[in-house]
Amino acid sequence: MTNYTKKESHDVSILLAGQAGQGIMTIEKILTRAFKEEGFSVFATREYMSRVRGGVNSTQVRIADASIAAPVERVDVFVALDGHAFERYCSRLTDKTVIIGDKHVADMCQCSAACKNIVTIPLREIASDIGRSVYANTVAAGAILALLDVPLDGARDALQTLFVSKGQDVITHNITALERGYKHGSHAVFSQNIQIDTVARTQKEDNKKHVFMAGYEAVGLGALAGGVDFCTSYPMSPSTGVLTYIAQHGKECGVVVEQATDEIGAINMSLGASYAGARPIITTSGGGFALMEEAVSLAAMTETPVTVHIAQRPGPATGLPTRTAQEDLNLVLHAGHGEFARAIFAPGTTAEAFVCTQRAVALADAYQIPTFILTDQYFMDSLALAHEDDFTFMPIKKHIVETDQGYKRYALTENGITPRGIPGYGYGFVCADSDEHDESGHITEDLDVRVQMVQKRRKRLEALAQEALMPSCSGACDGSAKKALIVWGSNRAVAQEALAHTERDDVIAVHFAQVYPLNPRVKEMLDGLEKIAVMENNVTGQFADLLERDLGIKVDTRIAKYNGAPFTVEEVINHITQL
Amino acid sequence: MLNQSLQENVFDMPPQTDIAWCPGCGNFPILRVIKGALADAGVDQRMLTLVSGIGQAGKLPQYLKCHYFNGLHGRALPVATGIKAANPHLTVVVTSGDGDVYGEGGNHLIHTIRRNPDITVLVHDNMIYGLTKGQASPTSEEGLVTPIQPRGVYVDPINPLALAISLDAPFVARTSAGEPQHMRETIAAAIAHKGFSLVDIFQPCVVFNKVNTYQWFKEHTYFLDDDYDPTDRMAAFARATEEGRYGLGIFYRTDTRAVFEDEVGVYDDDKRPLYERKPQVAAVKALLAMKR
Ligand SMILES: Cc1ncc(C[n+]2csc(CCOP(=O)(O)OP(=O)(O)O)c2C)c(N)n1
Ligand SMILES: [Mg+2]
Repeated sequence: MTNYTKKESHDVSILLAGQAGQGIMTIEKILTRAFKEEGFSVFATREYMSRVRGGVNSTQVRIADASIAAPVERVDVFVALDGHAFERYCSRLTDKTVIIGDKHVADMCQCSAACKNIVTIPLREIASDIGRSVYANTVAAGAILALLDVPLDGARDALQTLFVSKGQDVITHNITALERGYKHGSHAVFSQNIQIDTVARTQKEDNKKHVFMAGYEAVGLGALAGGVDFCTSYPMSPSTGVLTYIAQHGKECGVVVEQATDEIGAINMSLGASYAGARPIITTSGGGFALMEEAVSLAAMTETPVTVHIAQRPGPATGLPTRTAQEDLNLVLHAGHGEFARAIFAPGTTAEAFVCTQRAVALADAYQIPTFILTDQYFMDSLALAHEDDFTFMPIKKHIVETDQGYKRYALTENGITPRGIPGYGYGFVCADSDEHDESGHITEDLDVRVQMVQKRRKRLEALAQEALMPSCSGACDGSAKKALIVWGSNRAVAQEALAHTERDDVIAVHFAQVYPLNPRVKEMLDGLEKIAVMENNVTGQFADLLERDLGIKVDTRIAKYNGAPFTVEEVINHITQL
Repeated sequence: MLNQSLQENVFDMPPQTDIAWCPGCGNFPILRVIKGALADAGVDQRMLTLVSGIGQAGKLPQYLKCHYFNGLHGRALPVATGIKAANPHLTVVVTSGDGDVYGEGGNHLIHTIRRNPDITVLVHDNMIYGLTKGQASPTSEEGLVTPIQPRGVYVDPINPLALAISLDAPFVARTSAGEPQHMRETIAAAIAHKGFSLVDIFQPCVVFNKVNTYQWFKEHTYFLDDDYDPTDRMAAFARATEEGRYGLGIFYRTDTRAVFEDEVGVYDDDKRPLYERKPQVAAVKALLAMKR
């Protein structure tokens, strides 16, 4: 594998590892805030086990002088809160890795290549001295910031926000912990001659206009920005963050939020609400979505707008609940019996998730169809910086009409879409039927009407394809490139960073934020390329199949990763090199 | 009286409407009576929405001039809950079968009672799967022979009233298609009651259930006494679990439970249905700014 060595250190990678419940997230929050204020590009991604306590969880935090949003194998600073973390991550530690931890933890380091640059900090002792051992995380954060020569202002801000509900005492103690950790760290830098490359602070001013958030927050915010006012879902990793986010902010944004008692109830409740004029979103993962399939078909038959967000995780069945995958494209593509139109989005950045979610709910409403947002665990649990201006607010259009007497819910029209009436607004009756129905919404077995209704439901797919998002391109996008690395969903940033690193001018990285329907113009865009590789987190190449099936694009190479972990920059560099 | 029947007429579909029920079906009296009960309860036709699942009973909304959502088999209750939560001004009535509400949708029944939206659920209980041609339903009596249960049903039937009372459903009643006047009063009272109301309606299926006929229902039912106290939950439970004969009337009622749509929060200071509201763009912008 290509060794992704640092070029004059444009970036530093920090891995925080410990047991579930040890407070890695606190360190992550302190660090990322401090890094953002300091003017780095910041990225964080969480890997965790499906358990509440124990095990080994980790968060990788990266800082760089240029925009980054992908994980790397390389670890420059390893923060071990628990000795078992070493076993799990030895293969990624080298003799250059600086290891930080309590002495009794560091003593457990038995990685052959590493264990050289150990900075022991009496985290627990300092914390207990301040008052409680839980402050150990904050001590560690202070030490890391010292090693990287980052001032504490941002970190103090972070502590204020984090512990605002816990009272001033807790905040004060944490700040003391932070400062004492910093002091120990600074001392170690001198006494042990620890060297960590410095990264240029390239975006000090710019970062003030950047927002830092996780994928689940971007989808949740996008839903709210899209005018969602109804959210019923059933908890399921890794999608629950979106439900939590909307529940936390439901009241101020006027959203009805209800934890359903199963996924079938969740989507049927949403369909009822939508029929009565609400704009629903549902969030789930593959297993929960599988339960919703019949109702997806109902949404199509009754032409009731609904949007479902599916955060993928590896299957089949319960699979790996807290790991990542892109295995459910086919599920979503084919979900629901019968034939009907749908649209599927697969955002690759937080800003894109914000925009795509708005778009998904807007299209559901405009076309009266089910629409979908496909993300994954990696995307949900990764935090990245993005410019605020990229968070575009789309105008919200409600497509509800006041009905006249004699209103027909399924009146045949040129484009297949009937103006949508709702009960209680106007003079007509709004009759929605799961059975095949006539224009008025009444059950029918007239086979000619059946054909008309099939056409009505199908017709809108062409218009949907015409306005489908075009993929984005990075690299030599002037037409000179001969090869393309195609990705969708969360693999956008990793492909971009890897490509930039290889400096190949014959390869472009192409990212699809909408995977269905495909815009027919994609064919022209990719025609003429000599080699097409599709990289995705599943074993069969589901998107490659879709490109071949719907656009007749020949895929030469299928790059698959399906162990539950996301692609790393190093891996993708390797794949690009072999193109 | 004249006035009332005029009001009932507003729900009539054109006479040429093709009705998919068998001659003599117990659904006909239910359809007739619902119109009267809606009129009696003073329901505004434009604000009434019927919801059903799939089955012969689930077709009822098709034969009434009203808004309706005829959804999936078993899924009427969550749909009805969603409608009520999106627009609390609507009167929401579910009409569906015993298989639909107690079988395929059993889980929804339990949790909808817990959630307690102000909806009325009318279950046409013919103790059989009518539309699919005569298989056992959750209320089929032991011993009923069907093409799929050739040795007779051996699974215990569900007791919908006892189940609902155990969950403290605000209004629990039983009536019979063979007793139009009682049915009318009971349904009207159910609609008028705030909160989840369940009305189990004994309904003969003249084609597939040759045991539980009009005659059988007549012989096995009686009206609850005038001095029966429906606010006594334990007594109601005892009455609902009575064996061999079936009471008709309001078994249980309570006014103590908060309703779902009042609890969700968005109607606290603003009674408008969701569709009438403007999106809270400023609030969303503030949330975004918090991420700076
Ligand atoms: C998911 C699903 N499973 C099965 C069916 C087939 N089905 C339609 S109606 C019905 C049962 C009808 O019984 P009931 O609800 O008691 O209504 P009835 O016809 O007796 O009025 C069944 C099994 C279906 N439509 N959908
Ligand atoms: Mg039945």
